[in-house]
Amino acid sequence: MTDTPTDIAALLEEHGYLPDERIAQVVFLAERLDKPVLVEGPAGVGKTELAKALAAVHGRRLIRLQCYEGLDEAKALYEWNYRKQLLRIQSDEKADWSEMAEDIFSEDFLLTRPLLEAIRSAEPVVLLIDEVDRVEMETEALLLEVLSDFQVSIPELGTITASSRPMVLLTSNNTRELSEALKRRCLFLHIGYPTIERETAILLAKVPELSGGLAESVARIVASIRSEPVRKPPSVSESLDWARTLLALGIDRIDETTVTDTLHVLLKYQADVEKVATSLTKT
Amino acid sequence: MLGVLTGFVDELRAVGISVSMVEAIDAARGLEHIDLASRVALKAVLGSTLVKNARHYTAFEAAFETYFSLSGPAAGSAEDDARSEMARSMVAGSIGAGGGGAGDGDSAEDLIDALLAALRDRDDALLQAVVRAAVDRMAGIEAGRPVGGAYYLYRVVRRLELDQVGVELGAMAAADAVSPLQRRLANEEVARQLERVREMVRSEIRRRLVADRGPRAVSRTLRRPLVEDIDLVSATRNEIVEVERIVHPMSRRLATRLSQRRRMGTRGRLDVRRTMRASLSTGGVPVDPRFRRPRPGKPEIVLLGDISGSVATFARFTMQIVFAISAQFSRVRSFAFIDGIDEVTGFFGPGVDFAAAMSRIGAEAEVVWLDGHSDYGNAFAAFGGRFLEDAVTKQTTVIVTGDARSNYHDPNVDALRDIARNARALFWLNPESHRYWDTGDSIMGLYAPWCDEVSEVRNLRQLERFVERVAIPTTRPMRPLA
Repeated sequence: MTDTPTDIAALLEEHGYLPDERIAQVVFLAERLDKPVLVEGPAGVGKTELAKALAAVHGRRLIRLQCYEGLDEAKALYEWNYRKQLLRIQSDEKADWSEMAEDIFSEDFLLTRPLLEAIRSAEPVVLLIDEVDRVEMETEALLLEVLSDFQVSIPELGTITASSRPMVLLTSNNTRELSEALKRRCLFLHIGYPTIERETAILLAKVPELSGGLAESVARIVASIRSEPVRKPPSVSESLDWARTLLALGIDRIDETTVTDTLHVLLKYQADVEKVATSLTKT
Repeated sequence: MLGVLTGFVDELRAVGISVSMVEAIDAARGLEHIDLASRVALKAVLGSTLVKNARHYTAFEAAFETYFSLSGPAAGSAEDDARSEMARSMVAGSIGAGGGGAGDGDSAEDLIDALLAALRDRDDALLQAVVRAAVDRMAGIEAGRPVGGAYYLYRVVRRLELDQVGVELGAMAAADAVSPLQRRLANEEVARQLERVREMVRSEIRRRLVADRGPRAVSRTLRRPLVEDIDLVSATRNEIVEVERIVHPMSRRLATRLSQRRRMGTRGRLDVRRTMRASLSTGGVPVDPRFRRPRPGKPEIVLLGDISGSVATFARFTMQIVFAISAQFSRVRSFAFIDGIDEVTGFFGPGVDFAAAMSRIGAEAEVVWLDGHSDYGNAFAAFGGRFLEDAVTKQTTVIVTGDARSNYHDPNVDALRDIARNARALFWLNPESHRYWDTGDSIMGLYAPWCDEVSEVRNLRQLERFVERVAIPTTRPMRPLA
């Protein structure tokens, strides 16, 4: 447990994540209130990185549940190992059924999935529920019990309560509105594109070979491209890629030609590349 | 503090942000853990517990600034390095000199010089002092007047000659910028600085207004509807810009949601082959039945939009949203009308600027037949004659947008009836408030019997809800007997 938001910021920074003040504040609050944090923002601004850094800061294990369309409780919570159960039944056909039922619905036959695993873990963990906006509305309900009470009900075994409270982060790319019930249980943190100063700092931290001047001009040009009406604005991960590309090419001053030649690192659509190339070189 | 918090929550609710009881309690619990003197911490606590939608964050910020502005600047300007101390005394000196009697003509110049210096040297303390002095002398705030801050802001910005300051800063920066790219970056830097000054002036004005009249009164004059609640017909230009900004992400979200729901729906029939295959790993016991994915039909859409005068914006956003999610429909055709009608499907393509497309439609499509005043009767008749057979089948959902104000022309209800009979369903979206239907030249009541549904749709929220319902029809709408 850390004492102030500043301590958290310093610790996160030590582990390679540069939080702005708001991120540090919300993380601090989440620890104090024992609440999950719903992190929202465009792709590639470091939502998942935040969870990884937090796990590193507290020396906890990171359990990750990657959400996708069609995710169900068998993949998120737990599943009975049918094959093993069948084998058990077939291997001993004369056994008494009630005894058998007790046996095959014991923990030996339980396959734990990320949510149950996070709750059953003896030491506290960091649970990352990634891209929660990808699951259907109905599946979201599955998360509610876990998020508010940190427990899972299994009909055959009863309710399993967390022995240690996991720290929970949910991320969302905002492709759809999440349910009110889910939002109510979480603290909300929107991470947008960083300011030029912060992006420069991130670039310098992640690509230490970069010179300060180059990092700043990378950040400024990327910010400038973000103000263009492009389909997919470049994110922090793209500007990192771009900085590495420039390093590999041995470029230490950015001019029009270098930008237009390497734009495809920043932009993923040909239409965007053309649009930005013409507008950047326009006098 | 609790009193302030409940007042603040009330304010958020008045703006339209729904805050539940539990969230308010969370906020109160959060406040116990922070240093209340720190505005950043306070804002983080309230922001993360009370506001759960990034789109509402600007509204939250505005309310926060009014409710918690008094504690702000005192904490903010507590730095005291020698240089800024000197700078501050300089500004203080100039105030004394300027206020002496010579009028404020030359003192404004002093302030402008100081502002330039502060921006050039990035001296925040000086900037803070300049802004405060400027608001002191230039805003002319009158105690007790129930106005919002916009007018005062305008006055200060104009008398500080902020535009001119921008030009000078730009010229300074451009001196050592050689390439267009560097010039562009320099200009953006200047724009950011000016925006910052404007923001500082705005919050300084707000601080004084609050000190004068209290947060509740000030936030009432500043309160504005959330973007999704802006009335599209009476929207100002700035509001339209805001709406434009969220239309695209909103329709993308809508499309994702629709395609997800379409694929889920109810399960299809049992897939025997795949079930057998899966059962092999469990010794022939079909533990895990597999199902075919259902493939519900996608509706075909024909849009008829009145693009005359004030309802044009509404028609445009409807077309924009329907076009953006056109993958959810098997076919979308758009028609625009005033008193004539013409097909405009071709005007919209991927990446098209809708505002430009609409003005092109006005110029190039034959939407005007006689005098350029809405004539629904004639437009429907023309549609019936030229396009009906080709465009409308039993699979087609027809959507009409317009206020049904036909300028006392012949309503020609039969023409609409023919369209309705040939279509699968006919919906009418009216951007006018329900109360004004059938007043004056509105003939909504005459057309309504032939529509499967007439909805009042005045803002994005209602529009989104409607489009969603059309895209995933729950049941086949009832047809009235002819």
